Amino acid sequence: MDRKNSERKPAGSSLKRRSFLKWSAALGGMTALSGAGVFCGLRSVESAETFADKVVWTSCNVNCGSRCALRAHVKDGVVVRVDTDDTGKDVYGDHQVRACLRGRSMRHRIYAPDRLKYPMKRVGKRGEGKFERISWDEALDGIAKSLGETIEKYGNESVYLNYGTGNLGAVLSKSWPTGSTPVARLMNSLGGYLNQYGTYSDAMIDMALPYTFGKGWVKGNLLSDIVNSKLVVFFGNNPAATRMSGGGLVHDVIEARKKGYARIIVVDPRYTDTATTLADEWIPIRPGTDAALVCGIAHVLISEDLVDHDFLRRCTAGYDEDSMPEGVPAGLSYKSYILGKGPDGQAKTPEWASEITGIPARRIIQLAREIGQADPCYISQGWSVQRQANGENNCRAISMLPILTGNVGVQGGNTGARESGYGIPFASFPVLENPVKTSISCFTWTDAIERGTEMTAKRDGVQGRDKLVAPIKFIWNFAGNCLVNQHSDSNRTSEILGDDSKCETVVVVDNFMTPSAKFADYLLPATSNLEEDDFAPQGFASEMGYVIFAEKVIEPLFESRTIYDICAGVAERLGAGEKFTEGRTRAQWVEYVYQKSREMLPELPEKLSDAFAMGIFKREKPGLPPVPYKEFREDPEGHPVKTPSGKLEIFSKQLWDINREWELPEGDVITALPEYTPTWEGVSDPLRKTYPLQLIGHHYKQRTHSTYGNVDWLKKVAPQELWINPVDAEIRGIAHGDKVKVFNARGVVHTVAKVTPRIMPGVLSLPEGAWFTPDGKGNDLGGCVNVLTSLKPSPLAKGNPQHTNLVQVEKA
Amino acid sequence: MLKRPAFYIDMEACTGCKTCMIACIDKNDLPDGVLFRRVTEYAGGNWSRNANGSYEQNVFAYYLSISCNHCENPICVRSCPTTAMHKDENGIVTVDHDKCVGCRYCEWGCPYSAPQFNAEKGKMEKCDFCRDYLEQGKPPACVAACPTRALKFGEYEELAAKYGADNVVAPLPDPSITGPNLIVSPNRNARPEGSRSGKIQNPEEV
Repeated sequence: MDRKNSERKPAGSSLKRRSFLKWSAALGGMTALSGAGVFCGLRSVESAETFADKVVWTSCNVNCGSRCALRAHVKDGVVVRVDTDDTGKDVYGDHQVRACLRGRSMRHRIYAPDRLKYPMKRVGKRGEGKFERISWDEALDGIAKSLGETIEKYGNESVYLNYGTGNLGAVLSKSWPTGSTPVARLMNSLGGYLNQYGTYSDAMIDMALPYTFGKGWVKGNLLSDIVNSKLVVFFGNNPAATRMSGGGLVHDVIEARKKGYARIIVVDPRYTDTATTLADEWIPIRPGTDAALVCGIAHVLISEDLVDHDFLRRCTAGYDEDSMPEGVPAGLSYKSYILGKGPDGQAKTPEWASEITGIPARRIIQLAREIGQADPCYISQGWSVQRQANGENNCRAISMLPILTGNVGVQGGNTGARESGYGIPFASFPVLENPVKTSISCFTWTDAIERGTEMTAKRDGVQGRDKLVAPIKFIWNFAGNCLVNQHSDSNRTSEILGDDSKCETVVVVDNFMTPSAKFADYLLPATSNLEEDDFAPQGFASEMGYVIFAEKVIEPLFESRTIYDICAGVAERLGAGEKFTEGRTRAQWVEYVYQKSREMLPELPEKLSDAFAMGIFKREKPGLPPVPYKEFREDPEGHPVKTPSGKLEIFSKQLWDINREWELPEGDVITALPEYTPTWEGVSDPLRKTYPLQLIGHHYKQRTHSTYGNVDWLKKVAPQELWINPVDAEIRGIAHGDKVKVFNARGVVHTVAKVTPRIMPGVLSLPEGAWFTPDGKGNDLGGCVNVLTSLKPSPLAKGNPQHTNLVQVEKA
Repeated sequence: MLKRPAFYIDMEACTGCKTCMIACIDKNDLPDGVLFRRVTEYAGGNWSRNANGSYEQNVFAYYLSISCNHCENPICVRSCPTTAMHKDENGIVTVDHDKCVGCRYCEWGCPYSAPQFNAEKGKMEKCDFCRDYLEQGKPPACVAACPTRALKFGEYEELAAKYGADNVVAPLPDPSITGPNLIVSPNRNARPEGSRSGKIQNPEEV
């Protein structure tokens, strides 16, 4: 265990802490904060009593699904240390909401050298990242003028609020859902804007699974319910990386595992951090082939009579020929499809599935028997399996396992969906009503810039209208990096955005000079969540509900303003000031939201100041974990699900009709059954002759998507690296730590190789969210996976199949 | 204060998240190149391809979060030519900066990479078990930070009684070298100390 010490002298090491405030007023003062120099006068033996002037409760609001409490230690108006929840005795159910490494690095996030300092306006070509400083008045006047002209010329449906989750955990400064943000309230005051549906996280499962389970979000059993399970199978579910909070899910699984007796199996192309610690077994699988594995398992379950006939008969439709809907030819039931009696004549045997998935047939048979005999069995999926070109079918297929074995609606079982969470109610910031009802899939906004009025309901998934009435001409991008970094095909997206004759105005509101910020016409510095009062209702947790009262820790840095005040300024200039503010300041809205919440949670302190002092309010979940679909299971006629038949629809007549009505691109297919469908750039695409490797992008501890992607501490402890199996590395002469380039027809990404047996041969994984850093010669030096992803949407959800990519890799 | 402070790692809970590292960096304002606590990733196993293109494998991996183990027989203390490196009255291995000349002998000797060279100061630095926190009755920063509650601390004897003392796993060195005050509860992946079945996957980080 030897290590090399860096001899680099940190910048600004001679600076004193107190001089920071003076520095901050000066241009470039922030550079003093890169490196640890500014604070290194502190000695660790200094006692906490004298160490800080005050400790203030705040939160981490990023989009991981968790939500964490932070305690900021402030001295001379500067955050000098960030702790987490230390209250109580940390007894499970009343446990500490301990932040992960990202939240704990907050100090180096808010003081990052690329922090935006004042409003700026683009000079030069859009996307070049050249700006000039302007005043707030100039910025708000200019934005109001452009917005007013855009609405007048193209209508309200030409204005779009781009997806952004950098501050989704907040209430007043919420950045997602876009329809619940201050920007939405502003646009609703001005006649509305083009809506979006779906997300970059779960577009396909959100759209597809309700065709099986009925309208609405399909819930899962809580992870704490694993304590009641005999067997747990996670398809690509990786809470140790995706929901890392010590107040939430990873803690829940560990607790449940220690108390219960469940065997845990992880099915994933990677041996994930969930698998290392929590799993009894890892089954590696080729990306995009989960539906094929399910078919192979189903073949065994049906052939060996391990299905729950009673449940299938009472609660489902489309399993066999006797339970098919009207108006459909014979031979299309699930059983016929699996046994090879359907139109394709192919029995979906374990041997058939083995060749596709890369899992030995023997193991598929064993897994089927394990699932068929475990009572109850908890099967769930992360959202990686649906983020594929055939994602709609993958996620519906996985739910077939609990349906076939009757594990839906039972304690210790699950629907096959991702776990749900327990929460307590909290008020939201009201945003008025959007008069516009037109909506596009959030992944198709680049299309809506390019093709605009050519986009239709049946071809492009436009909702609320048969076709778009205007292309997107004005984009609000608040706390989001989907303009280029988290959207697909970064190079092509840069071209589309770079043409300012298409989308005429782009306004970016953020904390940092992100890759997306470089595409702004107006670039506005927002306060970080440590520079404003707000609330952070919990993310996903099983056995405890909580809300964090996040008080302003420090004064806004430089000239940054809250998103509320920015929107109020624009509203005022367009004559909608009163409508937007209702005569309230932001502080008064904070009070308003708090008092509304007290109506729901009378236990909260009367005074907001007392809540801020308290920092966090927790409530243990009473009773056993709730069981979704329990009433339906017990009485399907009395409690039907919201499908046309009232039952779980294994065969969906609605999808059958959609497949015939919609205009789908060549090769795309929407199937009524959760079939395995080979896709473009999937395992069997002939393109593999040129680009032989499948590339996926996993969630990584260094970042939440792209948030925290500029924090030096995190880059140091968790560097960006490409996962590659030794088999693939060796034939290319790649050793661990080598610089490599990953490429396909869409672009070239430079990164560093992590040669590891923890990934399947033939598969690469590049952690998503690294910051796109183009060198002007067609290379990305930042390790951004989306340089390699495709803008082609999935068939039904028109969502982002960002794990469906074929690439090659070479030593750089 | 503790008489014989020790760290405990529950490998059934550690997911290698590295929150302990950031909490330590933040609390101690560690500059580049100095890490008091490091998370080692250890993995092994092989792949073989079947005739139909499917794969067999026996891959395993696990993490170990290691700081200074405030050993009973610390090599760093023995190898320090200036007596700067010493064990204080609480059993915490400590550097006296008035004596340290930055020769780095302790760093060469320690099999856990605990002593770290601060290039800016020209002196050695290391984990001090958050002595200031202990004095205030609080746990060390890394322990208080651990989201999965895998890291604990306490009196060595008590931890050993509770979790057993002879459970050292690869790639940790033979404990007889320094007598580390470290207790580890292995998980199902853990390989015994001295095993050659895996290797450190992140040598550049530790």
